[in-house]
Amino acid sequence: MNGKERIARRIAREVKDGFYVNLGIGLPTMIASYLPAGLDVVFQSENGMLGVGPPPGEAEADPDLINAGKQPVTELPGCSYFGSDESFAMIRGGHMDMSVLGAMQVDEGGNLANWMIPGKMVKGMGGAMDLVAGARRVIVAMEHQTKEGESRILKRCTLPLTGTNVVHDIVTELGWIKVTPEGLVLSEIAEGISPAEVQARTEATLAISSNLVTMGAI
Amino acid sequence: MNKVVASADAAVADIAAGATIMLGGFGLCGIPENLIAALVRRRITGLHTISNNMGVDGFGMGLMLEAGMIASHIGSYVGENRRLEQMVLKGELKLTLVPQGTLAERVRAGGAGIPAFYVPTGLGTIVAEGKETREIAGRTYLLETALHADVALVKAWKGDRLGNLIYRKTSRNFNPVMATAAKMTIAEVEELVEPGQLDPDEIVTPGIYVKRILVGESYRKPIESRFIKEQMAGGAA
Repeated sequence: MNGKERIARRIAREVKDGFYVNLGIGLPTMIASYLPAGLDVVFQSENGMLGVGPPPGEAEADPDLINAGKQPVTELPGCSYFGSDESFAMIRGGHMDMSVLGAMQVDEGGNLANWMIPGKMVKGMGGAMDLVAGARRVIVAMEHQTKEGESRILKRCTLPLTGTNVVHDIVTELGWIKVTPEGLVLSEIAEGISPAEVQARTEATLAISSNLVTMGAI
Repeated sequence: MNKVVASADAAVADIAAGATIMLGGFGLCGIPENLIAALVRRRITGLHTISNNMGVDGFGMGLMLEAGMIASHIGSYVGENRRLEQMVLKGELKLTLVPQGTLAERVRAGGAGIPAFYVPTGLGTIVAEGKETREIAGRTYLLETALHADVALVKAWKGDRLGNLIYRKTSRNFNPVMATAAKMTIAEVEELVEPGQLDPDEIVTPGIYVKRILVGESYRKPIESRFIKEQMAGGAA
């Protein structure tokens, strides 16, 4: 199991029966594949759909039926379509139980940066700022460090922010980190790694939970 | 009442240079392909566009960009246009990025006669710079203003000569809300039906918002990202 898969599998266990969930583009989209069987969970796509199903086969791809990553998806029974204004009304209005997003940086204050690197091309924030401002629970799913080995979990974000004090949990291949008013707390840790190693790969200061457990997967 | 026009070219024939134009669509899904093509044939310049995205290089609004027709753009995500970066850096195009939900609501407000409204989105980010804030019930909000346009170009699935429209699947996106916020809304549809043939309970855009309607000649509908079942890593659990 690679790091991304471990992250997706662990977050899938956090999704509860009856949840309405928005999954961000990339790694978060993988979570839908690992949901435990028997859960009734409705995935929202901010381009205007509730009840997003798995990707179709090549022959069934419908250009009028895509997710926010512009990838073809399918309908699940009971799905619905709506316009962008209504889609973001349900996001901003606090109706999403959970939003899972990728990040470039997260910090000790629960601040998130995931949309812009100054000096490089500005692509735009899309719906990320609306999602972090409106969802009841915001989980960041990302690899712990950059490809260059730099920490993405910082004392203070250096990139332009997507939202301030919006992140509740950070899940990486190394563990589960909760954002609390007192700072970041490592509450679960990947098998075969020590808290000191996680801290060594993290610029932010991590408190270690007294109930630290091994990060399981399904 | 008959709002039907013969062609996309006829529908856009009187759009002036320098106009503010809203265009429906999310990525390449639900974009008014035929109306964009007709605008590009006219080569009018100095346009101020409002649209979630900017097409891709070589299709959709990317064609307007490449023809040098756009002076400014308001959108939420423009990551698929390599040409855009050069134009923004050279000062040939003014780009304003707006959070997607705020963009949709600013358009909705424009169509609904609401001049401004408060949202939590973007607080503490560069989106908040220069904006009025206000604390309401213990939380701080930003004041965002309505957007209007001279023209809205929208794409629907079916419509009738009164301008009633219905949409197909996720191609709805920004189309219905933009149809409400312009002085002149032009709708292109895949199928034109007789009044009464659309179930009144299922009409999404009532005809009052639409001034002109036409049948699109042909649709390419490219899929931007071909992520399909056969490519899924790991497989389903």
